[in-house]
Amino acid sequence: MLKHESIETNAVLLIVLTLVAISIGGLVEIVPLFYIEGTIEDVKRADGKDAVRPYTPLEQVGRDIYIREGCYNCHSQMIRPFRDEALRYGHYSLAAESQYDHPFQWGSKRTGPDLARVGGKYSSSWHVKHLNKPKSVVPESIMPNYPWLLKTDLDFSDVQAKMKTLKKVGVPYSQTKEEYAANVEQFGEDVAKMLDVNHAESNLMAQEKAKNFDGIPDRITEMDALVAYLQVLGTMIDFSKHDETEFIEFR
Amino acid sequence: MAHSAAAPQVEQYNYDIVKKFAIMTIVWGIVGMTTGVYIASELAWPVLNFDIAQITFGRLRPLHTSGVIFGFGGNALFATSFYIVQRTSQARLWGGGLAEFCFWGWNAALIIAGIGYLIGITQAREYAEPEWYVDLLIAIVWVTYFIIYVGTIARRSQPHIYVANWFFIAFILAVALLHIFNNLAVPLSFTSTKSYSLFSGAQDAMTQWWYGHNAVGFFLTAAFLGMMYYFVPKQAGRPVYSYRLSIVHFWALSFMYMWVGTHHLHWTAIPDWTSSLAAAFSILLLMPSWGGMINGIMTLSGAWDKLRTDPIMMFLITSLSFYGMSTFEGPMMALKSVNALSHYTDWTVGHVHSGALGWVAMVSIGSLYHMMPRLWNTTMYSISLIYVHFFLATIGILLYITALWVSGIGQGLMLRAFDNFGNLKYSFIETVIFMEGPLIARAVGGMFFVTGMLFMAYNMWMTIILAKSRPESGSSVAIAST
Repeated sequence: MLKHESIETNAVLLIVLTLVAISIGGLVEIVPLFYIEGTIEDVKRADGKDAVRPYTPLEQVGRDIYIREGCYNCHSQMIRPFRDEALRYGHYSLAAESQYDHPFQWGSKRTGPDLARVGGKYSSSWHVKHLNKPKSVVPESIMPNYPWLLKTDLDFSDVQAKMKTLKKVGVPYSQTKEEYAANVEQFGEDVAKMLDVNHAESNLMAQEKAKNFDGIPDRITEMDALVAYLQVLGTMIDFSKHDETEFIEFR
Repeated sequence: MAHSAAAPQVEQYNYDIVKKFAIMTIVWGIVGMTTGVYIASELAWPVLNFDIAQITFGRLRPLHTSGVIFGFGGNALFATSFYIVQRTSQARLWGGGLAEFCFWGWNAALIIAGIGYLIGITQAREYAEPEWYVDLLIAIVWVTYFIIYVGTIARRSQPHIYVANWFFIAFILAVALLHIFNNLAVPLSFTSTKSYSLFSGAQDAMTQWWYGHNAVGFFLTAAFLGMMYYFVPKQAGRPVYSYRLSIVHFWALSFMYMWVGTHHLHWTAIPDWTSSLAAAFSILLLMPSWGGMINGIMTLSGAWDKLRTDPIMMFLITSLSFYGMSTFEGPMMALKSVNALSHYTDWTVGHVHSGALGWVAMVSIGSLYHMMPRLWNTTMYSISLIYVHFFLATIGILLYITALWVSGIGQGLMLRAFDNFGNLKYSFIETVIFMEGPLIARAVGGMFFVTGMLFMAYNMWMTIILAKSRPESGSSVAIAST
């Protein structure tokens, strides 16, 4: 019988047994990581293509601004399956919806409301006013002003490098013809075009020109990118097309 | 004999490195906690954001969390663990200048990371915000720390490894694992400050909260239990209450903590069984947690009068009481039904602070007050100021956590309230208006705590100044606590 004395007089044994003790729980939590790869919902659009797509270059650069400003410190992006949250924010979040999020931004605190489905809820001009000075549209808000977003031109010189890096960690942006063809198959042609790394800059500028999120016609500002990101959040799946019970098995 | 022992005593242990870490503990404590008070004030009075990007809440909060956890807590752990491992092994710290490298490397990493947050460089992972290049530096420092620690234990002149060292070893090993796996990321290039995490979405969330909770479990709990197991018996002048209990709760704690991280992800887009498993282990974890608390508090058996006469003992025992309180509150909040209300609210923030201020900070402060006179071979400048510090800290914590119970539970209840027609009774902004009062009270609570820290810094400063101005003599044996 192993006496505890033999552990506490032997540093190597103590270290090895401690490693065993702390590893078991970790392994049980890590093995499911691979398992849940298969339990991410496979949500299709009416045309049979994937509903959830990687971000466009403009949205991704906007997401990086969201990260830079530390928005996750006050806003979650994870709606839980409760009645009040359904009424307030919409359908509960699916794992599929953040499958291209590096890093995830589910958050842990709601000093402000959840943003998982904020896309389309307000107009872009509302977002511009709100981000520039929250009190101008919500007088009681305690959110800081972000006036520099409108003043700063968007730096997207590294957008290709960003997309290439994201590709390395598993986001299906395309660089070759074969990858592009695979994206057409998976997401449809319109989306596949936006995921082409080779045309990242022109795609970014085209999206800004078409939508002009910040209301300033001749400039691409950080506001453009951030609002583009906010406006896509939670909009990729059309829940009116899905049965209420469809996603329960993944829980 | 006493006279001749005084000189070699200086040689026997490397106290120089302990002193450096101890001083930086106080520096980071003040920096990190002042930042905390500032961001708490930003929530109460948003005008304090001043439209300056670098000091908005979102960028300052990681400076607060890193500053207190890794700056204050980290330096306190380096200081006390290097002190304890030498004293309990009766051996000088192994590795010579390697400990210096740990000191400069650790603090440089914190400064680089902290400046990065202000200019917007962050991984946006809670408590793991430093970008990849800082993570690499931290990993190197950490491996060095492990080598020094084990090297010193290998030199011990006692056959037994003292219980405090078990906890420090578990802490060093676990934090190494957590840090490395949670920070797996691919940088844009070797000259870029930006990286993207290897995992995404649900997997990323699981990894992050496996890290996040065990950073609490091993960085903020196991390691500080190691601190407790040395300083409480020393200050009480009594042996540890139960040797058997320390064995049982050490292994149970080490084993169980790693299972519970997923309770941060209740009701989110992960499979239900993972969060049920985490909830079950969270409940089980109450037992080893309270094992530690009981072992610490009962060590005072036969010396209870010290609770009236010794302010250092007051810090240590109060810290254990808060440890017991927050390790009861934690499992309760890990229940799915409670979590449904508490998650995303200030209740969580209050819970963290009853652990971080009540347990971690108070046990560190008590340990520092015990250690400092011994390091500088002197007595504390003022015992009264320790009393003042104790009461400022305790009032501050109570104000803080009570305010956030009101704010958190109140907001949670408001958000799920319905009117007679089944509509939501309150809009989100109405809950924000409700929270204004509690948020002001919270900021004031924080101010109390920081004021206490300033008293401590002054007391330490005067102690060191007086110790240095005093001529060398072998007679300075009186210790603050006696």
